[in-house]
Amino acid sequence: MRGEQDGFGGVDGFEEEPDDAFDDRDADHDADAYADEAELGQLVRPYTLTRGRTRHAVSEVFDLVTQIGAAPRESGGGEEEAQDPEHEAILELVRVRTLSVAELAADLDLPLGVVRILLGDLFEAELIHVTRPVPAAELPHVDILREVIRGLRAL
Amino acid sequence: MPVGIAYDARVMRGTKGDGSFVAVKILVAGGFGAGKTTLVGAVSEIRPLRTEERLSAAGRPVDDTHGVEGKTTTTVAMDFGRIDIREGLAVYLFGTPGQDRFWFVWDELAQGALGAVVLADTRRLEDCFPSVDYFERRGIPFVVAVNCFEGAQLYPADQVRDALDLGAHVPVVLCDARERDSVKEVLVHVVELALTERESVYS
Ligand SMILES: Nc1nc2c(ncn2[C@@H]2O[C@H](COP(=O)(O)OP(=O)(O)OP(=O)(O)O)[C@@H](O)[C@H]2O)c(=O)[nH]1
Ligand SMILES: [Mg+2]
Repeated sequence: MRGEQDGFGGVDGFEEEPDDAFDDRDADHDADAYADEAELGQLVRPYTLTRGRTRHAVSEVFDLVTQIGAAPRESGGGEEEAQDPEHEAILELVRVRTLSVAELAADLDLPLGVVRILLGDLFEAELIHVTRPVPAAELPHVDILREVIRGLRAL
Repeated sequence: MPVGIAYDARVMRGTKGDGSFVAVKILVAGGFGAGKTTLVGAVSEIRPLRTEERLSAAGRPVDDTHGVEGKTTTTVAMDFGRIDIREGLAVYLFGTPGQDRFWFVWDELAQGALGAVVLADTRRLEDCFPSVDYFERRGIPFVVAVNCFEGAQLYPADQVRDALDLGAHVPVVLCDARERDSVKEVLVHVVELALTERESVYS
């Protein structure tokens, strides 16, 4: 398995992953993930946040421009569960407005890899909506690009 | 809930026409001090974006699950800005990290990118060779923007084109990365280039 256990970074894993790549999260809860934890003492804070989980599976779903919104409150099951303050901070931001993964990382001043793991948690707890935007580069339609040009000129 | 089940099915895929989201990703590359941060900041509220990378002693990303001896973590900083065109349509600008060893960060940034700006400083034109190579190899449309620093010798665009060995299809434009209007024009060139390529493919 390629998955790393520190949750840092998050820019590897951009090769095509199978759809079930997210299962790696389970695998990383295995014993060896925790065995490494002590050795990473100096990196404890981000490491604890991500609890040693793998990062490459989430990096695909949580692309830099993937949009994160708050789930309607009633559908969120896990709100009573203890969340890290960082989870709470993400929720506070996305309740105000839908934000991209990149914006969340910048606003919270957390590395992307850490933010992605936290988003994975929130997604599992059904507290957020995740929308992968269509990259304009993949759209065969030219209307959108014309609209972008007009929009840029009008700035 | 079992982890991993139907994960993808629950992730919405924005599609055109149903009111969901289109992201236009434009990369801003160039050598050290070429004006990347200035350019992004001229048209958007700029924010630093961090990614922590574990590097081996050789400066490559670490890819195995074993020990961390001899590996270091490094912070790679990128510039990031967003321009809203309208609800559901936004341009995201990403200033790429300058150092060559962070190519793997570029690979993520390049995913789904519409196009790129390569900022050239005529005092050190060779600094943008790696960016030009990268976008050529990746087939990402790019515009070379010659940043007009004071005191820099003014090169005609054709001279820059020759020096960089650019194809005739690559636009070379002059810009002042500090000027909003100038940067807007550069970005328009990028989108127009992508548009031209699109039209030639699909028509
Ligand atoms: N005269 C002039 N100065 C510029 C222009 N663009 C940027 N500068 C200045 O050049 C310096 C470097 O610009 P940055 O935007 O920080 O360059 P950068 O590419 O982000 O630099 P690194 O991130 O360190 O690689 C700053 O002092 C800018 O004010 C320009 O178009 N004209
Ligand atoms: Mg910079």
